[in-house]
Amino acid sequence: MTWVLIALLVVPLVGALVVAFLRKDDKKAKLVALAFSLVELVLAVLLWAAYDPDGDRIQLAAGVDWIPAFGVRLQFGIDGIALVMIAVIALLIPLVIGAGWTEKLPAGRSQGGYLSLILIQEAVTVAVFAATDVFLFYVLFEVMLIPMYFLIGGYGGARRQYAAVKFFLYSFLGGLIMLASAIGAYAMASDELGKGTFDWATLVKVVSDADSTTQTWLFLGFFLAFAIKAPLVPFHTWLPDAAAEAPIGVTVIVVGILDKVGTFGMLRYLLPMFPEASKNLAPLVLVLAVAGVLYGSLLATGQRDMKRFLAYVSIAHFGFIALGIFSFTSQAGVGSVSYMLNHSISTGMLILVVGMVIARGGSSLIADYGGMSKVAPLLAGMLLLSGLTTLSLPGTNSFVSEFLVLIGSFPTQPVFTIIATVGMVLAALYVLWLYQRIMTGPLRGDALVGAAAGPGAVGDPEKKTTIGDLNKREIAVLAPLVVIVLALGFYPQPVLDVITPTVGATLTEVGVTDPVTVQEGK
Amino acid sequence: MNLLVAQAQTIEAPEIDYGAIAPLLIVLGAACVSVLLEALLPKHQRWAVQLVLTLVTLVGAVGALIVYATSERPEQGVATLAGAIAVDSPALFLWATLLVLGFGSVLLIADRSVEPGGAFVAQAAIRPGTVQDRAQATKTGMQTEVFPLTLFALGGMMTFVASNDLLTMFIALEVLSLPLYLLCGLARRRRLLSQEAAVKYFLLGAFASAFFLYGVALLYGYAGSVKLSAIATAAGGTDRSDTLLFAGFGLLVVGLLFKAAVGPFHAWTPDVYQGAPTPVTAFMAACTKVAAFGGILRVLTVAFENTQWEWRGVLYGVAVVSMVIGAILGLTQTDVKRMIAYSSVAHAGFLLIGSIALTPEGDAPGVSATMFYLLAYGFTTIAAFGIVSLVRNSDGEATHLSQWAGLAKRSPIVAAVFTFLLLALAGIPLTSGFIGKFVVFSAAIEAGLTPLVVIALVASAVAAFFYLRVIVLMYFSDPAPDGPTVTVPGAFTTIAITLGAVVTLVLGLWPTFVLDWAGTGSFLS
Repeated sequence: MTWVLIALLVVPLVGALVVAFLRKDDKKAKLVALAFSLVELVLAVLLWAAYDPDGDRIQLAAGVDWIPAFGVRLQFGIDGIALVMIAVIALLIPLVIGAGWTEKLPAGRSQGGYLSLILIQEAVTVAVFAATDVFLFYVLFEVMLIPMYFLIGGYGGARRQYAAVKFFLYSFLGGLIMLASAIGAYAMASDELGKGTFDWATLVKVVSDADSTTQTWLFLGFFLAFAIKAPLVPFHTWLPDAAAEAPIGVTVIVVGILDKVGTFGMLRYLLPMFPEASKNLAPLVLVLAVAGVLYGSLLATGQRDMKRFLAYVSIAHFGFIALGIFSFTSQAGVGSVSYMLNHSISTGMLILVVGMVIARGGSSLIADYGGMSKVAPLLAGMLLLSGLTTLSLPGTNSFVSEFLVLIGSFPTQPVFTIIATVGMVLAALYVLWLYQRIMTGPLRGDALVGAAAGPGAVGDPEKKTTIGDLNKREIAVLAPLVVIVLALGFYPQPVLDVITPTVGATLTEVGVTDPVTVQEGK
Repeated sequence: MNLLVAQAQTIEAPEIDYGAIAPLLIVLGAACVSVLLEALLPKHQRWAVQLVLTLVTLVGAVGALIVYATSERPEQGVATLAGAIAVDSPALFLWATLLVLGFGSVLLIADRSVEPGGAFVAQAAIRPGTVQDRAQATKTGMQTEVFPLTLFALGGMMTFVASNDLLTMFIALEVLSLPLYLLCGLARRRRLLSQEAAVKYFLLGAFASAFFLYGVALLYGYAGSVKLSAIATAAGGTDRSDTLLFAGFGLLVVGLLFKAAVGPFHAWTPDVYQGAPTPVTAFMAACTKVAAFGGILRVLTVAFENTQWEWRGVLYGVAVVSMVIGAILGLTQTDVKRMIAYSSVAHAGFLLIGSIALTPEGDAPGVSATMFYLLAYGFTTIAAFGIVSLVRNSDGEATHLSQWAGLAKRSPIVAAVFTFLLLALAGIPLTSGFIGKFVVFSAAIEAGLTPLVVIALVASAVAAFFYLRVIVLMYFSDPAPDGPTVTVPGAFTTIAITLGAVVTLVLGLWPTFVLDWAGTGSFLS
């Protein structure tokens, strides 16, 4: 079944190529792109079926030599975490294409170019999760920036140039520092084995035995890259700009998928390669994580722009994920990985719904809306549901993961866990307040009822009649997400089954045992 | 009388390995023929004949090089012409690099479709701004001396990288520099700027040559010989004055760093790059860099390897200064050619890191890495300048960055290729620029220069900003209404740009072949 993984990498690229030739015909481009993304989804399902949770650490491995002089290989393979992330990419991309079906692009841009970049982004992102050669991972980590740079810069809002360059430079700098660490690890391997290699499993063996000073330096290099990507406070400032300026579908990809490379990297590279340093520096990471939870929640509450709001919500959630990862218990670890999945789904859904709100009002300012449930009750319901899953209401998917993170972190990090719990309360505040401002009360706001509502605002008095509820296309986009949100809320076992062995293996590589089981042993 | 005869008999003609130096002989010989052609042929025939001669020469020299490189030759290389020239594996690699990059540059030089009549002035001797000068601006002829000058410069560069003693190196330095000074002053447009560039380059270059020569003299005083190996032996353990050694080394290196445009010896670079005709800028940026770093590599690894602990700190600092100057001043530039000039200063810093990456055991992992970097950088630069020459308005090249706004809307292919080249200069993966940086930084870490590598990485990130700025301008800005047009390039420029871009891509994806070749042997010592 190795071919499935290879096909997952190749299919979007072929799609991108085909779509790039359809720049003249927007409709055909959209259909072809959607078809390719659906094929990718089917392949992802096959991949899930082919993965054996109790099998090897890395499965479906395939590779060829790339640069033999440095022992670099094009080596791919998946573990449970990578599988989950690849699946969620494959799920979200068709929805993004569907949601953006009628979106207007800036003048002079074609759907063909836009969708082609989206498909390239999909292929590269899948490859990042599937790479098992550290050099290859770095290469893809940086290459991943290029399509996103053009997506934000070419198709975004007013300050798109600024946002695109900021996004690129932040990540590029992080990546370069990571490269220094990767070369350091390579140099250690060539000292020890007599022949250099970037093979992940080999490097894990070699580097994890290094003395703790070396580990600390190498750890910091990788950590900086992942902390920028994830993003952890204080390396987060690129995200609100990127999220606010990007078109809505691209925001889903940035916030829902690309950011996960950071936390994925922590699990796949930081913990196994530098167990000593991970344990020593965990307090530092936890401080950043909890700061992110509080800071993200507070700023989300204070945002006036819906897209920036979404970015800060994500920053808070990434704090939770990092907390779970660096608590070193299997419950918290499993919680973090499932949080990565559920964040993609919940936040992805929230962003899509907010995008539908913005598509109706033409503004992303919260103050431009009010009482929208009067004209669009179904949309209001969707905003409520996606908001509730974002604040981890029991019965939705996110509850399972947030609960696991908190309950798993408490035994080892009680103080940090208690502080982070405040974030849950704030989540209720910012989500419900957002809903209240946009949906409840009498119909109002510049975007909905026109310029009469406020001085200086440009509005259209006819607008009131044009605002409708969800159409069939939008329902088709949101329906799968609703099903998944509820299904995983009540029965998360299929996902947990896949990720638990991988998380267990990761923690074994770190060399920690669960304090919970120790207590049971007593 | 008898004494003279007796003396004459003791001098024996040195043995010459003609096979080894055939590429060099071909290039220099053709340069001489080319000068004769210039004198004998009628004006209207010169361009075609000179061009054919130059291209055939370069192809022939590459052929001779391949024949020699694949034949049975001593693995450590041979020293020929009484030990003045060392033909070893790095020399062969650098020769091949110079010849191929020279080929690309000659294609740009030869192009007459982009600018009617070519980028070179019809009669350089006419004073700029006069009536005659305005009259000649419309003429389509050009000074075809450009071709022999280029060949001489190339021959000088090839000698420079193979010089086994400092005196030969000095002669080669002059042979490569003098034609370049002239070439800089031959631009068809903006003649004053071009002549200013030539004078500036000449004056500063003369200074640098003097430094170099003074250094050679002091080193001769120290070692009693100008041979690189003799200096190494002398420095290996004697009670001679270290002052002479290090003063000589310092002066020598200043001369070399000047040619390589390493900061803080870079002051000429932006002005000269901006003022020189763009094909010449491409030639200088690609080939002079190869030659200068080829020389630096040989001098450092052959003559000064065993004193590395004394000088490494100094060059460490120079590399940092160069990277910082290049990256930070590059940010403030508004002219494309000046921007690429500062980028070349930053790249010179990276190359210097590779050049000083010597391990305590005497290995030089940096040599092959630096040579790979030079090859990769040269191709990218030639293609980049090729594109710069295409974007024009009525005054000639539109090099001000604001004029590049919205270029992608009008010329998507040119903008895409230039973006790719900029990404390569920034060192983004899947381009040769990245592999080059990677091999240089790996070598440096192996040689214990980790802090320097971290500084270099930060400098790369800073430098990435100004490359990105151009991409932003081309793709995300609206075009100016009276903006420049992109000339459809003729065959020569198209080939040169395609060659550069394809090599940049291929070396980014499959660098193994060239890496293996660069790593086959070490300098003859």
